[in-house]
Order: sequence, then C-alpha cells, then structure tokens
Amino acid sequence: MNAVCVTGLRKAYHDNVVLDGVDLDIGEGEVFALLGPNGAGKTTTVRILSTLIPADAGTATVLGHDLRTGAGAVRAGIGVTGQFSAVDNLLTGAENLLLMGRLLHLPAAQRRARATALLERFDLVEAARRLPATYSGGMRRRLDIAMTLMGRPRLIFLDEPTTGLDPRSRHTMWQLIRDLATEGVTILLTTQYLEEADQLADRIAVLDHGRIVADGTPAELKRRIPGAHIRLRFSDAASLDAAAGALPDGTRDDAELALRVPHEGGIGSLRAILARLGDGVAVADLSIHTPDLDDVFFALTAKESR
Amino acid sequence: MTALADATTMFGRELRHTVRYPLMLIASIVSPVVFLLLFVYVLGGPIGGGIGAAAHGAPYVDFLVPGILMMTVAAGTSTTSINVCTDMTGGIIDRFRTMAVSRGAVLSGHVGANVARTLLTTAAVTAMALLVGFRPEATAAGWLGVAGIVLAFSVALAWLSVAFGLVAKTVAGANSATLPLQFLLPFLSSAFVPAAAMPAGIRWFAEHQPFTAVVESLRALLAGRPAGTTGYVALAWCAAIALAGYLWARAAFRRGTR
Repeated sequence: MNAVCVTGLRKAYHDNVVLDGVDLDIGEGEVFALLGPNGAGKTTTVRILSTLIPADAGTATVLGHDLRTGAGAVRAGIGVTGQFSAVDNLLTGAENLLLMGRLLHLPAAQRRARATALLERFDLVEAARRLPATYSGGMRRRLDIAMTLMGRPRLIFLDEPTTGLDPRSRHTMWQLIRDLATEGVTILLTTQYLEEADQLADRIAVLDHGRIVADGTPAELKRRIPGAHIRLRFSDAASLDAAAGALPDGTRDDAELALRVPHEGGIGSLRAILARLGDGVAVADLSIHTPDLDDVFFALTAKESR
Repeated sequence: MTALADATTMFGRELRHTVRYPLMLIASIVSPVVFLLLFVYVLGGPIGGGIGAAAHGAPYVDFLVPGILMMTVAAGTSTTSINVCTDMTGGIIDRFRTMAVSRGAVLSGHVGANVARTLLTTAAVTAMALLVGFRPEATAAGWLGVAGIVLAFSVALAWLSVAFGLVAKTVAGANSATLPLQFLLPFLSSAFVPAAAMPAGIRWFAEHQPFTAVVESLRALLAGRPAGTTGYVALAWCAAIALAGYLWARAAFRRGTR
C-alpha cells in the first residue's frame, strides 16, 4: 500500500490556480521530495494532504484513508512540521513536548519518557527548561520536529525544513531526516534547494506552476537531460590534437587545452573512451561531469519562467 | 471524553501562559480600577449628585461598582482575543488542526481560561471597591446571583472575543476589535449614569442593549434587591451572545487560517 496516493489534485483561490492536476504516489518508507520554486504549490499540496485545507477536485488517500471521509484517521498517523515554526513561545521546550504528549493522550509516564528521549536525540537537553525565544533558528526547528515526532507518526510532512537555517544547522537537519528515513518513516519534504532533494530523497517530483513537470529518482531526473561528459585536459597542443583525432565526437577547447567527450555514465563507457584514446596521449587531468539537479530544474522549468 | 481531556489540556496551557506572562492579567485589573478611582474621587461628586432616584439613596460608589465589575469582565476580552490571534498567526493552531485533537478544544480552552481569569480579576476589583467605600447589601443568594451573572457574561464575551481573535488578521486588530466591548458599550449603558439621563436616541439604545441588563441585574443584587425580570433578560442576552460568538468562532475556525 502506498503512503500517499493522489490523482488530479486541484486547488484555486479565486482566479489564481495553485494546483492544476497533481498526481503523486509515495511508497511506504520512502523519502519523497517535492521540489519547486516559490509559488509552485508545494505548501498548498502539504496543507491539503495534512488535512488543513480541502482540495477543489481530485482524490487523495493518505495512509489508506480518504482525505474527505477519513481526516481523523489521517491525522492520527501523520506529523506535520510547517514552514513557519509551530512551537508555543510561552512554554519551555520540555513543556511544548509534554503538551503534545497530552494532546496525543499518552499516559503520563510515557509522555515524560518520550519527551526526555526526544530532547536528548535533538540535542535540546540544556535548552529544555528555557523558552523558545532564547533558541537559535536551528534549535526552534529541531524542537518543532521533536514535537511532530511525539506521536510516532508513520508519515511526516516537512515543509521546507531547512529554509532560513545556516549551513551547519542545515546539515544537522539533513542528518535528522536521514535518521528518520532509516527508521522506516515515510517522509514528504518540500524544498526549493535542488541539492537538498538530491541529498535526501529517494524520489523527486518537480512541481512548477501547480503541475508535476518531472518525477523520478534523482539519477533518473539527471539522465533526462543531456550534459554528462568527461573533460580531458592536456599539457600541450600536440596532445590535444592527437586526442581530438582519436575521439572525433569530442568538443575542443583550444584555449584551455581541453577536450569534452560525451559520456553516458558508468565505468564501461569510461573504459571505452580511454581505450579509444590509447596509451600514446599524455593526459594531464581527467574529470567526470554529471548534470546536477540545477541543470534538470532549469531545463524543466525554463520555458515557464521566460 | 477525549474532547473534555483536550479542552482541559488547552485550558491548562492558557493558564500557564497567564502565569508566564501576567502583564495582560494585571492590565485587566488596573484598567477598571483606574475607572473606579476616577469616577469615585474625580467625577463622582457632580455625577453622584445628579443621578437622583436611580441611586436608591445610596452613595454614588454603590451605583458605580456594578458597572465597574461589568467593565472588568469586558476588560478580559482583550486578552482572549489577542491570545487566540497569536495562536492563529503563530502557526500552532495549524499544528493542532493536523493532530487528532478534538476540534473545539483549543477554543473552549481559551474560553475556560477567560472565565478563570475573570473570576480572579472581578474578585480583585471587588476587594478594591470595598477599600474605597463600596458597601454591598447583597444576601448570600444575591452574591450567588452576582457570581452567576458574572460567569454567564464572561462566557458570552469570551466566545465573542475568541471569534474576534480568529477573524483578526493581526494581533493589534484583535485588540482593537474588543475596544467597543471594553469601553463603548459600558459607557452607552447605565454603568456610570442612569439611561434616563441620556439624550433620547442614545437613551433608547442604552435601555435595550445587553450591557445595561447585565449592570442593572448586578446593581439590584448587590444592593440586596431581587434582580427580577432584568436578571432573566441579562441571562438571555448572555446566552444569545455566547451562542452567536460560538457559532461565529466555529465557522471561522473551520475556514482555517489562510
């Protein structure tokens, strides 16, 4: 059973179409990234799937329950960390967690044990008795996620979990997300950072203007656009000439004494290129370039933003 | 059962907020006390001389205090409206709404906390009134009636201020929305001067608006007289305001935050 099944999801505010027929399938235990620029509809998708707002059209099943008829059952199994921190600013870190425990109707002992464990796990033990006003951005975000985890959700929505964080906090957050994934929790995260989706997600859907414009593993998405190549650099023009003769499909860069040779990826293709080059040509430097998600992203969304 | 447990949790949360940030609570005691002192010591002389039979022969302070008590109940609306709006704009209500928490618990927690705070502030203001010469003649049953009307009025205004807090876009707006409840309606009631002393149009309004029914009931009970029909009118108004506020709040809460 898939954790999330969505077909034809639509949402508009007056004339402003935010979601224009979104289809999504997220497997149990998968880390799924919804990638897109600001205004693409990422947050709206999360708000619909987490039962906050109704869709105008389309069907959505979350954890096996239809959103329209089983919202209560959906809520019992999900955890949501929104884009803006949803912590109680007048309660300490520990009190925030205990409040969640009460609302989840956990028995007192379990409530305390779970809160203590989460404070330790999220490195908030020292801050536990302080108000969130004294926290850094990263600490607030960690408390926010710890609150989400009090109920051991099977599916977690993370809406732009690292937006506004400094690089160190971002890496801490990535590690936390990876740890959650190892525990088998299904994660739907939204991000506008391509690197983040690449780092964390098993599968990525690129959302643009309310439509999914591409969907697949990071590797599949990268393969969808050309641009993978090997770059060979030489110490003199004679070597470059020799290499260009041996590899006629390469593109010369005379100024840099470099040759750019298309490469499908994988060791086999690399060996074949080197074999064609032969032993006689002295190569000063070799580097392998795979397109990154930025290339994918711009290729997929370019026509829209013109 | 879970609905009650959730409401209790939210009530506890609000009480903790009040303890942690008591400034609003203090303000909702200080503000009516300032009016009390102002009207007793500064304006009370000429006003007291002019109200005549409406005072039933008692000093102006005895006429005034029921109005001040009503103002104290109304002063609590600001806190509730602001707290609800802070919750809404701070994102935490969205968190609650994605949890399997009973829907109305957040709001009833706010209403409960409002009532609890109001019982405290009205007690404090009553004590202050006794210090400046207020001499109630209420019977035990009369005091019970006073407590009942304060309670009913507090519940009514609490639901209304919850709705204000839900529909306000900013915390400042949530506060402003309660200003008519805190000042305009008390002044356009018989809280400070009898309605009979007002110009015709305003007099009609003052005689028929809920704040007057509330203040007249409190005044009768505190003076040791039965509240009579006015008491039932006041309770009916409270029930109507509470119901309207509740329905409005429920609709606003369902509509969501954005």
